[in-house]
Amino acid sequence: MSSSTAILVALALPLVGALGIALAARIGNNVREGVTLLTASALAWTVWGLLPELMAGGRPAVSLAEVLPGVEIAFSVEPLGMLFAALASLLWIVNSIYSIGYMRGNRESHQTRFYIFFAIALGATMGIAFADNLFTLFLFYELLTLSTYPLVAHKGDAKTVQSARTYLGILLTTSIGLLLPAIIWTYFVAGTGTFTAGGILAGKLEGPAVGLLLGLFVFGIGKAAVMPVHRWLPAAMVAPTPVSALLHAVAVVKAGVFTVTKVIVYIFGIDFLFAEPSGGWLLYVTAFTVIAASVVALRQSNLKRMLAYSTIGQLSFVLMAAAILKPLAEIGAAVHMVAHAFGKITLFFAAGAIYTASKKTEIFQLRGIGHRMPWTMTAFTIGALSMIGVPPTGGFVSKWYILAGAFQAENYIAIATIVLSTALNAAYFLPIIYLAWFAPEDKTLQNEHGEAPFAAVLALTITAALTLAFFFFNGPLVLLEAQIVQATP
Amino acid sequence: MIDWSVHLPALQVIVPMLSAPLALLLRPRGLAWAAAVAASLFSFAIAIMLTIGVLAGRNFNYQMGNWPAPYGIELGVDAFSALVLLVITGASSLALLAGRRSLDSDIEEERQPLFYAAWLLALAGLVGIPVAADAFNIFVFMEISSLASYVLIAGGRDRRALPAVFKYLMMGTIGATFYLIGIGLIYLMTGTLNLADMELRIHEVADQKPILVAAGFITIGLALKAAVFPLHVWLPNAYTYAPNVVTVFLAACATKVSLYLLLRFDFFVFQPNLVGHDVQFSYFLMPLAVLAILIASCVALFEKNLKRLFAYSSVAQIGYILLGASLVSVAGLTASVVHIFNHALAKGALFLAIACLATRVSGLRLENISGAAQRMPWTMGAFALAGFSLVGIPGTTGFISKWYLISAAFAEGSIGVALIVAIVISSLIALAYVWRVLEAAYFGDINVNTAPAGEAPAGILTVTWIAALANLYFGLAPSLPVTLASSAAESLLRHVP
Repeated sequence: MSSSTAILVALALPLVGALGIALAARIGNNVREGVTLLTASALAWTVWGLLPELMAGGRPAVSLAEVLPGVEIAFSVEPLGMLFAALASLLWIVNSIYSIGYMRGNRESHQTRFYIFFAIALGATMGIAFADNLFTLFLFYELLTLSTYPLVAHKGDAKTVQSARTYLGILLTTSIGLLLPAIIWTYFVAGTGTFTAGGILAGKLEGPAVGLLLGLFVFGIGKAAVMPVHRWLPAAMVAPTPVSALLHAVAVVKAGVFTVTKVIVYIFGIDFLFAEPSGGWLLYVTAFTVIAASVVALRQSNLKRMLAYSTIGQLSFVLMAAAILKPLAEIGAAVHMVAHAFGKITLFFAAGAIYTASKKTEIFQLRGIGHRMPWTMTAFTIGALSMIGVPPTGGFVSKWYILAGAFQAENYIAIATIVLSTALNAAYFLPIIYLAWFAPEDKTLQNEHGEAPFAAVLALTITAALTLAFFFFNGPLVLLEAQIVQATP
Repeated sequence: MIDWSVHLPALQVIVPMLSAPLALLLRPRGLAWAAAVAASLFSFAIAIMLTIGVLAGRNFNYQMGNWPAPYGIELGVDAFSALVLLVITGASSLALLAGRRSLDSDIEEERQPLFYAAWLLALAGLVGIPVAADAFNIFVFMEISSLASYVLIAGGRDRRALPAVFKYLMMGTIGATFYLIGIGLIYLMTGTLNLADMELRIHEVADQKPILVAAGFITIGLALKAAVFPLHVWLPNAYTYAPNVVTVFLAACATKVSLYLLLRFDFFVFQPNLVGHDVQFSYFLMPLAVLAILIASCVALFEKNLKRLFAYSSVAQIGYILLGASLVSVAGLTASVVHIFNHALAKGALFLAIACLATRVSGLRLENISGAAQRMPWTMGAFALAGFSLVGIPGTTGFISKWYLISAAFAEGSIGVALIVAIVISSLIALAYVWRVLEAAYFGDINVNTAPAGEAPAGILTVTWIAALANLYFGLAPSLPVTLASSAAESLLRHVP
């Protein structure tokens, strides 16, 4: 399979899979889940198959159609997109295993619809990862929003539909009202929207216009959840936990930060943006979001909502790293996308496992739960330590690079934010770990439960192991991502 | 072998016109409908063949009875008229195909043959305008189409259509009279009615004043018929109270034909002959276009009746078409002509979806469709797709129009920037009013007593989805309308310095 075919296969596979899931559902649930797992594995195999060529410096590309002069539907693979696609496709396998345990364990309705839209959402994610220009990216960005809406509204009751409305409303209005004008503006100023190493705007735009365009991008990409366009993320937590885990900790939110990072690196170009003072506000806004979201997380009593606010903080953490605009920090931003993905999906898996086994959703109910669910809570602990950035977890690696970048830029605001956010992360994760392992059980609650279904436990064990493994084996990834910044003259 | 394709321009008009009396004679139920569909599809096929011919570089010129122009009646089809013909015949065919059941409930049975005859006459009149090459035949076709469409609008059971159509009739007649006065003045000065001949002979006229007056009369008269803001007041009620399927047909093409004529006169006939005409044209129409875009969109935002909401949106969209033309550049006119095509697709699909809704809900106010998406997911899916196209989201036809319009404005410097801001603002307003409908349908509480019992009939739904998917197809592969539009724009602008 040539690499340009592989790109198209990666885009088509989830959609074919969605069709297969719909057909297989008529035969039986086991066949349906079989098709999901098969599709996920085939997708991961295809995407990871592109990796060797990328490591060797290749940039496979394919162009489908020219919609308007200069506006194409085209795809190409570069290190950031490769990283994102590889991450999402790998975690889809694990997440599918988890979904089987969770959806069956909770006797959820409309499971076929759930798996179909999940597959479509993954297809849209691949499109975002491999998009060669802003136009193509926008198409798949909107597809991702629309395909995740039925997943968020899955339960179908009034409260869920209300939250789903917030979700759809914020993501659609920001993308159409801000992102789309930004994209059109870029096309007209630069004559192209193709992601190009070193950026395409240098010499085409100057002064306050740069800051304004950056603002349209950053707030238009609502999926990055920079305050004040973050409210959709807590709203999305009404979805079943596998959706929160893969989509709202990995695919959707990473699509947001991925897009912003890609715009900074390949549309503006880091050197151009570093030299342009009007773009400097991004650092302050993201630093504020990191701290504010952590403070809000501190005050949450619902576990999933707390994790959602923690995600908001971590996303801005990635963007703040990107906004430092120094090579090491850009690498750190990319690495942190991975580290956070492994850690946060583990945490969500654990939250869902706790809910499946015991129907507990609040933090104060978790007293002593570690003894009943040792595997789950061990994984949770590893995930939480990674969020704080304690070695030997993945979170330490990315903090290292980001701090190094901040020192390189002598950016004391970034350094202070990193230190403060580490403290705040510790302040809201450590009490949970303490409660779970060392506090006596609350006798008034119904406590007679064991571990969650095997499939769920297996999945969260795998992701916890990945979180640990990432601390030791991150070399190839760093090498790959270093290409982004070396390519910038 | 005789090359029958040279007769296509004539057949385009003759087929629907001669089918009209036929439909009148077909008394048994359903036959009149079948005849109308057959005639309409046949016209559509002719329009497609004409388009293929035009794309292959052919120029259709047809002399009725072999009498040479300018003495005989001349017909002609170029890229611009081919595009308009596609829109008219396509809209008529889709509306008729979709509308059997809907029209059965709107029109009493014994009146149906009359109704279909009027429909075919309206179709004949509308296709006659782009085909005809002389000003007086155009006037005749304009009157045929107007009179027939008054009948169509008032043909339903809704008595409120009568005052609406009376207003339309009054204003339409004033518009037609203005046009006739203009033509009369030109005829006095040049002695010809053939457009191509007129263009040459005006050169020879020493005193330009009467021509200038004629240009004023014709432009205003046609602007009235095209519902250019602020001459649009007849349009909202006429669209609202017409039978649903009639609204689909008229919203897609009726005003577009007058716009076509407006552009043809101003750019072909007056532009080469009047000093500074392009500047006057631009200064006169650009403010009106911007006002239409902003004000009509705002009115739509606060409207609660679905059909009137989208009728006001049509007034705004006509503003877009005019705005492109008022830039007097190839890019601007391309945007303008492409939008004639794209807006017909989007609005046609939207009104089809509304017709689907009307088969199941009792009223067409926002509160009537609360929660409708739960019972009619396919209808609302098509509605959403067409709505996105109206807003101009990439991947749909609306984006193609906006892209060309913005790129045309971008070339105009600082005025262009202000225009782009207006376009962006009005797109956001469009998003807001489409969203209001979607919000009511998707997130509104379902009322058990008035909620639709189920999905719309399969026939109308299929046609609606064909129209909705056409929005997607021409949004991703827009080469057909864009090719026609850019060649139309170039020929319109051949006289502009």
